Amino acid sequence: MEERYDIVVIGGGVIGCSIARELSKYQVKILLLEKESDVTLGTSGKNSGVVHSGLYPKPGSLKARLNVEGNRLFPKFCEELDVPFRKIGTLVVAKNKDEVKELKRLKKIGDTNGVPGIEIISQHELKKMEPNIKGVASLYSPTGGITSPYTLTIALAENALLNGVKISLNNEVKGIRRENGRLLVKTEKGEFKTGWVINSAGLFADRIAQMVGISDYRIYPCRGEYHILDKRTMGLINRMVYPVPPKEGGGKGIHLTPTISGNILIGPSAAYIRDREDTKTTKRIMKRLFQEAKEFLPKLTENDFIHNYSGNRAKLIGPKVSGFSDFVIEESPKIPYFINLIGIESPGLTCAPAIAKMVVNIIKEKEGLRRNRDFNPKRHGIKRFSDLSLDEKERLIKENPNFGEIICRCEEVTRQEIISAIKNPLGVVTLSGIKYRTRAGMGRCQGGYCLPKIVGILEEFGISEREITLKGKGSSLFYGRMRE
Amino acid sequence: MREVDIIIIGGGPAGLSAAISCKREGIDNLLLIEREDRLGGILNQCIHSGFGLEIFKEDLTGPEYAKRYITEVERLHIPFMLKGNVLDISQDKEVVVVSPKGLFKLRAKAIILSMGCRERARGAIGIPGTRPAGIYTAGQAQNLMNIRNYMVGKRVVILGSGDIGLIMARRLTLEGARVLAVVEILPYCSGLPRNRVQCLEDFKIPLLLNHTIVDIKGDKRLKSVTISKVGKRGGIVPRQKREIPCDTLLLSCGLIPENELSRKAGVILDPETSGPIVNEELETNIPGIYACGNVLQVHDLVDWVTLEGEKVGKSAASYVKGGKRNYQWIDARAGSGIRYIIPHRISTERDVEVTLRVSRPGKDKDILVKDRNRLIKKVFFGKVNPSQMIKLRLNKKELRGTKALWVSLR
Ligand SMILES: Cc1cc2nc3c(=O)[nH]c(=O)nc-3n(C[C@H](O)[C@H](O)[C@H](O)COP(=O)(O)OP(=O)(O)OC[C@H]3O[C@@H](n4cnc5c(N)ncnc54)[C@H](O)[C@@H]3O)c2cc1C
Ligand SMILES: Cc1cc2nc3c(=O)[nH]c(=O)nc-3n(C[C@H](O)[C@H](O)[C@H](O)COP(=O)(O)OP(=O)(O)OC[C@H]3O[C@@H](n4cnc5c(N)ncnc54)[C@H](O)[C@@H]3O)c2cc1C
Repeated sequence: MEERYDIVVIGGGVIGCSIARELSKYQVKILLLEKESDVTLGTSGKNSGVVHSGLYPKPGSLKARLNVEGNRLFPKFCEELDVPFRKIGTLVVAKNKDEVKELKRLKKIGDTNGVPGIEIISQHELKKMEPNIKGVASLYSPTGGITSPYTLTIALAENALLNGVKISLNNEVKGIRRENGRLLVKTEKGEFKTGWVINSAGLFADRIAQMVGISDYRIYPCRGEYHILDKRTMGLINRMVYPVPPKEGGGKGIHLTPTISGNILIGPSAAYIRDREDTKTTKRIMKRLFQEAKEFLPKLTENDFIHNYSGNRAKLIGPKVSGFSDFVIEESPKIPYFINLIGIESPGLTCAPAIAKMVVNIIKEKEGLRRNRDFNPKRHGIKRFSDLSLDEKERLIKENPNFGEIICRCEEVTRQEIISAIKNPLGVVTLSGIKYRTRAGMGRCQGGYCLPKIVGILEEFGISEREITLKGKGSSLFYGRMRE
Repeated sequence: MREVDIIIIGGGPAGLSAAISCKREGIDNLLLIEREDRLGGILNQCIHSGFGLEIFKEDLTGPEYAKRYITEVERLHIPFMLKGNVLDISQDKEVVVVSPKGLFKLRAKAIILSMGCRERARGAIGIPGTRPAGIYTAGQAQNLMNIRNYMVGKRVVILGSGDIGLIMARRLTLEGARVLAVVEILPYCSGLPRNRVQCLEDFKIPLLLNHTIVDIKGDKRLKSVTISKVGKRGGIVPRQKREIPCDTLLLSCGLIPENELSRKAGVILDPETSGPIVNEELETNIPGIYACGNVLQVHDLVDWVTLEGEKVGKSAASYVKGGKRNYQWIDARAGSGIRYIIPHRISTERDVEVTLRVSRPGKDKDILVKDRNRLIKKVFFGKVNPSQMIKLRLNKKELRGTKALWVSLR
């Protein structure tokens, strides 16, 4: 079977979903293809969730411009999509006198990039802002913010869907051909004829480009590991706390980030790896993360750790090379109507709203796009019981008793929220899908309590024991029933 | 706001026996709150036998044991609420509870904490590797199999030799799975000796002491775990690694008293037990808030949980009735070789029973109870084991004049 589209977007990460949603403001037929069982299962679900202010990218680069613009667009972006966002500010902390020089250098970069309100503050002021942090001075950038990257990606996909984008999950792109001036995308489920292809396949963007004969790029995956701390550490820090950037590796160094839900992240590390999708964690780095974070935050204890994860950066420069590489965002000079987004590493999340606009402009340069008058920018997330006041909780339970049954005790997620997640617009019924949509299983017991209960609810929805999976095909939870 | 004399949070064996004991002491206005849809707590999923040997001199299953107390609660017309999840308790003993019937605010004169414990998860232990399907905590697997009728795996490795892991090793074997190994980082088994014999040795399941898991492989479903020998100082012995292909990993790496609510009320916890610091009445630092069962200290025998609940019921009832309170508390401390002792404060005016655990296994040991240099009591043990809780009775004559109690192992 062959279907026709105006635009095919490859990859359901924050970049692909932002682009699809931005394009849905126009009268075009769009298909988004994702190989996994849900959106946000790539790097977009595995990062720091920071909306950077723009202290790091090289002045004049695409990264710098899109970062500052993205940061400016973020509050409205999140408000429309009902996604949490908080501008809490960033501190880059110098541990000793030598490092103060680095702060000045960073301030200059930030100023040049047009980041508003950056200042260098004294040890005394740092103590007042962050009593638990050790350091001799700090750079303060008030526009740094935090968001929930997976909630954002899901929200973008849902809003795109609402505005007419077709989203096809479990559908890996296998090949792309040119035929009579059109592009033909071959996937595991079929063939799609399209005017434009947007290659936003993250860690695999170089491979997708190769499918049409573009072999100019090579992605070097570079893993970043994290610890997540228990919510009882909430308040230990109020802002993001970064070290001065390490000399090697080009990363930002291991930092402490408060999350939107009240946990703290420690990480990420930076280590080049072979397998692009290998997001394991290692003992060596777990120990290092702890040691480095403890230098800033002496109160940290290993008893506060509840979970580890890692995400892979799509780098365009390899391990032995130092220097800066910019994002590649362009219509391929070799293949018309094929737009590449390659090397979208940090601050890719921050840049997402700006990148989406840029891609639309690339298309507009070639052909007129007519506004979609029915476009609705609003998306409503699942109502979170734990965010409500006691009075609101009381009222809600009266209206719907499912709000009175707590399924995840650590994150206070109710039966109604699980049901809403199961009925999500994208039709995802995996445990990971439910977790990303409700936070059930993300707390200190890591699903010890709620998993059997969620399985029970899935059963009520007629999902059989073999179909209950962690994250789609091949990740079944059970080997059938014990007794018939 | 509804006023209640005593609120008991958690309807497992500790809460059940505390409620019965309150009622027998003449308190009628009490409420037992349980978040599940039935009373009995963790016992409902413990379908194996081995419960009640001490109190009933019978070998009962978990549900049978629970039934005896549930029947008694019903016979005494003790009010209880099911599907009631306590969300908050405050210092002045206001309790917020939600259930499908609504959100209720209650005020109590006394509160008994009996919320039980939870299992230590992977992130808290920091096991490296990938994060595929097929990794369960042992109690979670027990729930999925015994309550929900799901088969969790075919080729299983168990990390940690806690009692639940041992019980599950046997359960899985009887259901046709292959348990390839129980891997324990310590030089000794952390479960009860009787479980080691009945659950592992009788089924020829290898127990690998001084071993741990250093890697987990598999992207979608678990493919293998790599185990390694652990050296004297806790380091990995490089050339002693082995990869075991398997589809399931159970974690039985310790239980943590569930004190999130207690923290909210300002209850101070003992870092060693993760349970509240209590006096001889099992009262926390907040007057009128008491704790018993696994929320106070993780028990190995349910019979002792029941006895602890009984004791707390009496204390709380006496508090509500305005009984004596002006005791001079002295500290009871764990000395060398002792991991912890409960209660943390005693009055010396009455006979008192203390519970404690040793730090590591040993043979032919004395437990010494001292007041600085004065020896109060010496008890000989042919064998001591951290997995077995020890009870000591101290009578008030022995304790008279004591300034600080030290318990140590020699
Ligand atoms: C450790 C770490 C920390 C970071 N922290 C931050 C931060 O704090 N702030 C910030 O702004 N940025 C941060 N970033 C960068 C940010 O996460 C990324 O730039 C962003 O998520 C990239 O999104 P994406 O959509 O390009 O990629 P992805 O999210 O990886 O999406 C690509 C998608 O394409 C799919 N796909 C691949 N091949 C195919 C195929 N053949 N067919 C169909 N689908 C396919 C994949 O399954 C995947 O879902 C961080 C990155 C890392 C690694
Ligand atoms: C797997 C396993 C095997 C065992 N095997 C044996 C054995 O063979 N022999 C033996 O003698 N002992 C055994 N034990 C020990 C004994 O059964 C337990 O120690 C005992 O059940 C603990 O009782 P409890 O009341 O403290 O906790 P639990 O039984 O855990 O009860 C706590 C209750 O509190 C409820 N609760 C918690 N928080 C809230 C809240 N916020 N609001 C409302 N309700 C709440 C919970 O739902 C639960 O029902 C075993 C224990 C386990 C876990």
